[in-house]
Amino acid sequence: MATRHSRSAARLMMAPAVILLLGWMLVPLTMTLFFSFKKYLPLRGGDLGWVGFDNYTRFVTSSSFWPSVLTTLIIVGGVLLITVVLGVLLAILLDQPMWGQGIVRILVIAPFFVMPTVSALVWKNMFMDPVNGLLAHLWKFFGAQPVEWLSDASIFSIVLIVAWQWLPFATLILLTSIQSLDSEQLEAAEMDGAPPLARFGFITLPHLSRAITIVVLIQTIFLLAIFAEIFVTTGGSFGTRTLTYLIFQRVLESQNVGLGSAGGVYAIILANIVALFLMRIVGKNLDA
Amino acid sequence: MGRIVLDKVKKIFGDITVIPPLDLEINDGEFVVFVGPSGCGKSTLLRLIAGLEDITSGHVEIDGVNATDVPPAKRRLAMVFQSYALYPHMSVRKNIAFPLRMAGLEKAEQDRKVEAAASVLNLTDYLDRRPGQLSGGQRQRVAIGRAIVREPAAFLFDEPLSNLDAALRGNMRLEITELHQTLKTTMVYVTHDQVEAMTMADKIVVLNEGRIEQVGSPLDLYRHPANLFVAGFIGSPRMNLIEGAEATRRDAATIGVRPEHMTLSTEAGDWTGTVGVAEHLGSDTFVHVQLDDVGPVTARASGEISLGHGDRVHLTPDPAQIYRFDAAGSAL
Amino acid sequence: MARAVTTQRKTINTTVAWGIGLLIFFPILWTILTSFKTEAQAINDPPLFLFFDWTLENYTVVQERSDYMRFLWNSVIIAGGSTLLGIIIAVPAAWSMAFVPSRRTKDILLWMLSTKMLPAVGVLYPIYLMFIQLGLLDTRIGLTLVLMLINLPIIVWMLYTYFKEIPGEILEAARMDGATLREEILYVLTPMAVPGIASTVLLNIILAWNEAFWTLNLTAAKAAPLTAFIASYSSPEGLFYAKLSAASTMAIAPILIMGWFSQKQLVRGLTFGAVK
Repeated sequence: MATRHSRSAARLMMAPAVILLLGWMLVPLTMTLFFSFKKYLPLRGGDLGWVGFDNYTRFVTSSSFWPSVLTTLIIVGGVLLITVVLGVLLAILLDQPMWGQGIVRILVIAPFFVMPTVSALVWKNMFMDPVNGLLAHLWKFFGAQPVEWLSDASIFSIVLIVAWQWLPFATLILLTSIQSLDSEQLEAAEMDGAPPLARFGFITLPHLSRAITIVVLIQTIFLLAIFAEIFVTTGGSFGTRTLTYLIFQRVLESQNVGLGSAGGVYAIILANIVALFLMRIVGKNLDA
Repeated sequence: MGRIVLDKVKKIFGDITVIPPLDLEINDGEFVVFVGPSGCGKSTLLRLIAGLEDITSGHVEIDGVNATDVPPAKRRLAMVFQSYALYPHMSVRKNIAFPLRMAGLEKAEQDRKVEAAASVLNLTDYLDRRPGQLSGGQRQRVAIGRAIVREPAAFLFDEPLSNLDAALRGNMRLEITELHQTLKTTMVYVTHDQVEAMTMADKIVVLNEGRIEQVGSPLDLYRHPANLFVAGFIGSPRMNLIEGAEATRRDAATIGVRPEHMTLSTEAGDWTGTVGVAEHLGSDTFVHVQLDDVGPVTARASGEISLGHGDRVHLTPDPAQIYRFDAAGSAL
Repeated sequence: MARAVTTQRKTINTTVAWGIGLLIFFPILWTILTSFKTEAQAINDPPLFLFFDWTLENYTVVQERSDYMRFLWNSVIIAGGSTLLGIIIAVPAAWSMAFVPSRRTKDILLWMLSTKMLPAVGVLYPIYLMFIQLGLLDTRIGLTLVLMLINLPIIVWMLYTYFKEIPGEILEAARMDGATLREEILYVLTPMAVPGIASTVLLNIILAWNEAFWTLNLTAAKAAPLTAFIASYSSPEGLFYAKLSAASTMAIAPILIMGWFSQKQLVRGLTFGAVK
């Protein structure tokens, strides 16, 4: 349905969005690349000249680099594990016939709409506070010593908070996917004599695999970038400094822009590796 | 008025030539049907006339004016789409009035024309409904209504009946033909159904791979197919095409005999064979016969004949109605 | 099709599902409950669930002490403004990609998505620097622009998938009926796409409202929205549970309600149409 008229109109109408995004991508990216090759300390002398790949080597050889990578991996991996496993179970549960399904669904989804700073603070103060937090009361009720969650079990606490926020996302997508499963397939398997567990393993799970992949990829991209949850709970202390947080500290707290920018380039490369896989799936879907 | 002339019209999509240079004249008031198998370029040709696609080269002339670069809205053509393309968020009244509204007609004038079209199409009772609340046939009539209020130079129909069931299709075929007789406006109609082409057209254009195979009146094409393609496409059941000794004997590469041009006998005839399947339609019987030397053919006998699987029969083609084709497929 | 199940089975399902649902929802419920307690009741040992003196005091105190309305207003302007701006830019772009696709359309769409994948922290300093130099730091307009840009890919993408579902023949019919491009988009496409546009708007308000990287790093006092306001409670002030709860409840209530309305579209918007 295209004529020269409509094609040129289309190009014109696409231009604002394309130009804006191109600028939004290229300008800061170029600047980050630019700074990453400089010794640049805005508060301590400013631009101190080109240093080649110095920042890149310094960033990865600094004592905080590997711990931050490990922290990032634990948080991302932990949250993914919890949300996918619980998400599958919850999705199957919510797909069962029951009374008040709509309301349960709403209850389960709700945490996704809570702004990150609110959920982090509510968990930090009202649940994980060692004196007045609900968890402390619960521990005392069972005669146990309340846990200093955010200092003694800091990573676990952050994983818990973030998993609570993202579980609804995983559940909702997996539920949508389960509901698109043709029930005749399951009935055919039942006629073929497959017990419930086999039906789950041979039919439901393979059907879900695509949705699970998508959940994993999208969550990974967002989880690599979590910020507010750490910012308001531990501020990066007690071993909760992720790669993102480390870069943030280098850039804004210690104002070592060159070093932080080199870290930023690493983060961009990392995110792009994940994004590449996601794009493949999305792209395939576009052809269909 | 509505005379459309295509002059060396050519269309290329990417690297694929959909329509090689093609000439065609559609006269004022004519009902022209483009027919051909799917992918033959008939819809593309219609869209080129409509202006919904650009012509790669050549030009389109409407009423003597070169319309090649005129946008679709300015060509004074109305189109009825396969999916009807009704505006789902507007009532029937607003749907029909839409082209008038776009043309900036006064409200009262719009109403008058919509009412008039509605009464012609039996839609008066449905004017305030949404398209979603109508049956397939009613939607089809709304689409036609939206086309006729514009009083266009010509109507373009893109397989308008293919989404209807068989019974309704028969009715709408009649209604469209009657509409043409009333309005006497040029109509260009695209279909893959040769029955629609035969029953509705003044002039049929048979298309194959973007090329025009033959142009003529329905009976012209039936009586004098220019080549194998047209012979095989026009007529139902299809013409039997026979190669080999029988063809050579008649100085042709291929000969064609229509099922209705063969006499069926259980006693004697030119060709002998065994019945595979006999389809009893009541008014006719179609007998699929495996001829001993010639191959499979279909014969038509009127009325009911008690023949069944495995019966031996004899077929005699009417010698005056045997079509001969050369090795390139052209009629001899 | 769904078969009849025994009442017993359904009862078990219902009990388990409601139990888990309430457990997941509990932190939100607890926050809402606490917001109606006095500070003393909020840290009572043992914790008080429903039997306390309900009070609205916290809500008025939060407003008086911190000028809560200003933060709320910033959130509304930034989330609403960025979404509106995004829609205005995205509708024509999505129209082009959905109805006049070219060989590059798919690449453009995927490229747009890839900009969404760019980690914010990687470009933090350049943006920060530009904001300082352009005088945009701690301004609503600056934040509106940034949030519009980070959500633009999602807006374009969602609109594209909705527009794709509208048959092109209808737009062609409009063109044949004499509609200009503007009329075609205004009178035919937009009314047909209203449900899709509405859910796109809804999802993007939610995303912008909850965005907590740029809002924390690019604002100080003037333009700070609710995310930043709540973050200020991470100081010892956060130990005033009842007030923290009141502020939190007000910050999440509007979005919670919008979110419940958009749950179906959420899947489409967040998976870029890869899961339907």
